[in-house]
Amino acid sequence: MIEVKDLHKGFNGVEVLKGISTSFLAGKTNLIIGQSGSGKTVFLKSLIGLHVPEKGTISFDGRINTAFSEQEKMQWRQEIGMVFQGSALFDSQTVEENVMFPLKMFTKKKTSEMLDRVNTVLKRVNLENSNKKLPAELSGGMQKRVAIARAIVMNPKYLFCDEPNSGLDPQTAIVIDNLIQEITEEFKITTVINTHDMNSVIEIGEKIVFLNKGVKAWEGTNKDIFSTDNEAVVSFVYSSNLLKKVRDVYLNETK
Amino acid sequence: MTYLEHVGKYFVMLGRVFKKPQKPLIFYQALLKEIEDLGIKSLGIIMFISFFIGGVISLQTALNLDSPFIPDSLIGFAAKRSIILEFAPTFCSIILAGKVGSYITSSLGTMRVTEQIDALEVMGINSLNLLVLPKIIAALFFYPFLILLAMCLGIFGGWVAGVLSGLFTGADYIIGLQTDFDPFLIVYALTKTLIFSFIIATVPSYHGYYVKGGSIAVGRASTQAVVWTTILIVVANYI
Repeated sequence: MIEVKDLHKGFNGVEVLKGISTSFLAGKTNLIIGQSGSGKTVFLKSLIGLHVPEKGTISFDGRINTAFSEQEKMQWRQEIGMVFQGSALFDSQTVEENVMFPLKMFTKKKTSEMLDRVNTVLKRVNLENSNKKLPAELSGGMQKRVAIARAIVMNPKYLFCDEPNSGLDPQTAIVIDNLIQEITEEFKITTVINTHDMNSVIEIGEKIVFLNKGVKAWEGTNKDIFSTDNEAVVSFVYSSNLLKKVRDVYLNETK
Repeated sequence: MTYLEHVGKYFVMLGRVFKKPQKPLIFYQALLKEIEDLGIKSLGIIMFISFFIGGVISLQTALNLDSPFIPDSLIGFAAKRSIILEFAPTFCSIILAGKVGSYITSSLGTMRVTEQIDALEVMGINSLNLLVLPKIIAALFFYPFLILLAMCLGIFGGWVAGVLSGLFTGADYIIGLQTDFDPFLIVYALTKTLIFSFIIATVPSYHGYYVKGGSIAVGRASTQAVVWTTILIVVANYI
């Protein structure tokens, strides 16, 4: 489980995160949602240690990440997998080299063992026979799947995804959502996804944290989100007529 | 940020760069790639410029020393000293600051804006050590050879220019080259080269690594990197 207590973070005197306290469930798909500028990406980057909070603590299964020694930090980093919004693949390396990179850096496996592991994860993300391609030769959805493969190749305990569906067509977005959820369940990973894709919220959000202007305004499940009367959540999630209708249908069916 | 803050941040960056590599094999592969990208791919332009500029230096020297009281061998002597002491180490370093400096800044800057550097940091990799230290070592290792080549080609270019133009004979030129040749000139030039190589590898890396924004910011950083690298080379040369 990941626990956040009273997290504060600002830049150039402007406070972006204003005392966020929440927890992310172990082995579940946790979502962080909110408007653009609400602090989602800063929050996610604080969780993974790219931003150092000014106040507050973030603990991973009881271990506070800001209190780590260099050795502990290195070990903790190897327990994390991260999928960036733009995939962040190393563009001069092939798919195989990208996915193998963490294995080369942190394990003493033989090349054949590393290749086996790479092929296993590429098969898991439905990207067999793409080993020798460069990122530029792949579609957006394929790049995301390579990024997911690279993130899980070291069997992480925690998987973080920054808007994994951004720039993808609706069909591919669903494929990515389902893939992330399957991997979360299969490998019992604690997954935290930063998104403003409402389909993801409704389909895979086992725990949802809603940020509004740097503050945690609501948290609950994808079922709770249908019945909440929190004004900020309602105006954000149900800003489209389609989702209003979906909510109405759900509420009628559950009466 | 003030200039002083930039200087401080630059030295903090160097503190992170000079750590023991996490995985020697990966580091070695990166080093070989940097030797190819920064060194071998610069051979062509350095050879081309050295040859022609060497010719120009000799011709200009010949035209300015056009007097019956001044022996023609002095042309070779003056060209030799100009090429070895200033043209090869300083002028070629300024050329490399432009070619290599912009490449380093734009490649690191693009890695920064596409979050590839963040990806390395999240994996637990010291990105500065992995990305910048191979560049420094490659430059320090390869550029002295590049500058020695520039010296040789510059001097050869001077000989060719003289022989083709008829302003001086090849024999007089060679006598001038041999007159009062002090090997310390080469040591002096190579010492300057090492300092300039360090500047060429680190200053553009600083600008690229800390870029913020998008493609325009990367372009701007690339220009600034070349300007500052050139300024620092000129100042270091003066000192």
